[in-house]
Amino acid sequence: MLLKPFTSLTSLTVVLPQENIDTDQIIPARFLTTTSKKGLGDAAFYDWRYNNEGRLRNDSPLDGFDRKSHQILVAGSNFGCGSSREHAPWALLGFGFQAVISSDIADIFKSNALKNGLLPVAIDAKAHRELLASPGAEVTIDLETQTVSFGDGWNCVFEVEAFARRCLLDGVDPMGYLLDRIPEIRRFEERAH
Amino acid sequence: MTSAQSLFDKLWQSHVVVEETAEAPAVLFIDLHLIHEVTSPQAFTVLKERRLRVRRPDLTLATLDHSTPTLPPDAKGKLPYATKDAERQVNALIENSRKHEIQLFDLDDPRRGIVHVIGPELGATQPGKTIVCGDSHTSTHGAFGALAFGIGTTEVGHVLATQCVLQRKPKSMRINFDGRLAAGVTAKDMALAMIAEIGADGGQGSAIEFAGAAVGDLSMEGRMTLCNMSIEAGARFGMVAPDDKTFAWLEGREMAPQGDDWKRALENWKSLPTDADAAFDREITIDASAISPMITYGVSPDAAAPVDGAQPETTTVSAREAAEYMNFDEGALFSTNKVDRVFIGSCTNSRLSDLRAAAEIMRGRRVRDGVTALVVPGSEAVRRAAEEENLHNVFKAAGAEWRLPGCSMCIAMNGDAGKPGELVVSTSNRNFVGRQGKGVRTVLASPATAAASAIVGYIADPRKYLVEKGARADVA
Repeated sequence: MLLKPFTSLTSLTVVLPQENIDTDQIIPARFLTTTSKKGLGDAAFYDWRYNNEGRLRNDSPLDGFDRKSHQILVAGSNFGCGSSREHAPWALLGFGFQAVISSDIADIFKSNALKNGLLPVAIDAKAHRELLASPGAEVTIDLETQTVSFGDGWNCVFEVEAFARRCLLDGVDPMGYLLDRIPEIRRFEERAH
Repeated sequence: MTSAQSLFDKLWQSHVVVEETAEAPAVLFIDLHLIHEVTSPQAFTVLKERRLRVRRPDLTLATLDHSTPTLPPDAKGKLPYATKDAERQVNALIENSRKHEIQLFDLDDPRRGIVHVIGPELGATQPGKTIVCGDSHTSTHGAFGALAFGIGTTEVGHVLATQCVLQRKPKSMRINFDGRLAAGVTAKDMALAMIAEIGADGGQGSAIEFAGAAVGDLSMEGRMTLCNMSIEAGARFGMVAPDDKTFAWLEGREMAPQGDDWKRALENWKSLPTDADAAFDREITIDASAISPMITYGVSPDAAAPVDGAQPETTTVSAREAAEYMNFDEGALFSTNKVDRVFIGSCTNSRLSDLRAAAEIMRGRRVRDGVTALVVPGSEAVRRAAEEENLHNVFKAAGAEWRLPGCSMCIAMNGDAGKPGELVVSTSNRNFVGRQGKGVRTVLASPATAAASAIVGYIADPRKYLVEKGARADVA
């Protein structure tokens, strides 16, 4: 199936400096009773953005800006820890984010994000500190060259798993690749099971 | 170059369908796919869109646990679902299981329960298997010497369609628990001590093998508790080498091999433990004899300390925010914090030995006025076994509620939740902000510590409530 290819993204950042932002913060469990991937954008960081009466707070760093121009989330280390809920990347994408930058991104979240076209970008601690200190900066993430850049010549590189990168650049999901492996899978089943 | 292999190496190598290359991850065959109502519906939608069938319904098991009420049905037989969506989600799995001929442990099935409780209980969880589930606590099954890990919903779709996942081999890590646990110290305390030691991201990118005398001493239920919490240290995989305890636990269970198959399986399973000189990317040793009953005092599971300690000084902005959220005063003994609610349950601590440990402390005592205590067995089988031992009456006599099996207040999406500001001592696995209800403050602890806290009404050290015999309820 075709997804929207991801080659590069230039956008303003939203900064959440907290460490260990877990998937319960990204989307509280009470929103997980859905059977669809859609419509989760407004549930993103719901308890950070709404008060106990369900009214939008005025002091959240996640509101009060144009989401179309703020597509990069810069967050504290160990972002996305906790549950395996893929609702977390679905909610972030629904909210308008296309990429998350941190010094350290949790394994299952990273895997889920890559499969949905939300680019997880883990950068070194020094570069991370600089981006955390620059909310609203215009940042460019280039997946082709695996670099993050902003301002005057500031840039750093990031690692991304080669297969996931190829899928994102080409805008394909990995199911097709796995389905093409069915003959090998069948041979394995005959041999081992 | 040595050919010595770890348990993890053996599990991995025996399931590679296509080897990993620079360009692509390995294609890994999955022996058991467990599914539940929350993370499966969108995967079935993908199957429908692509006109695919479930490739191996015979290797797939479904249960209902996350969204299901723990209160009984009303006079008309209607279950008190938290929302219409919750009921719709449960019905979606019932329908998808029927359509794809997947064995489902339905609401009225005596084998239903939390996915990570029933897999082992049925004997479906076995040494040497690869096991996945759309749930991060799938590492629980690693207690049997299985390669078990949590996956996302897209991957649930991959496994449904192909019985495989794409996965790069993680780094290997061994955590040795040397020495013996002291009385009143449990597997949960080992897990919290380990997470405090290596950090909430200390196991990221790694498969952890738990080893050492104290791990060998643990019962299978204790090993499950330990492996369950691997993900709270960032590791998707946690495992323990199978031994005679593992085999004895499995023998005769409904889905375990029988007769000659059992003998053959046993031979294979005995070859799985890590070879003597196998190498690990990282190895750490923890002195098990120095571990105390542990609690968490912050909003990340690595903020854990001995229950008889005091709130530490905060050194980072995140730690300060966490202490403010918890409303714990710096330097104050943990035992000065008043408890509103106690939850005993979850895939971490809802098995029979957990309930026995809690009942041992509650027997003949009363839950402190103003404290609500909820005891939720992990499965229908645990519920029956506990009731046969009359544990439910011990809890009820103490003033605790005895509920139907499910995930309940661990994830608080079925209507079981705390109220804003409440302090909950919980035997579950996550103390995240709002995890047990908006504004709820969670303290993670063992069943014994949770039960003692229910009695005292403040965070309490269970050791003073333990009778000498049977003080180590999760040690066989």
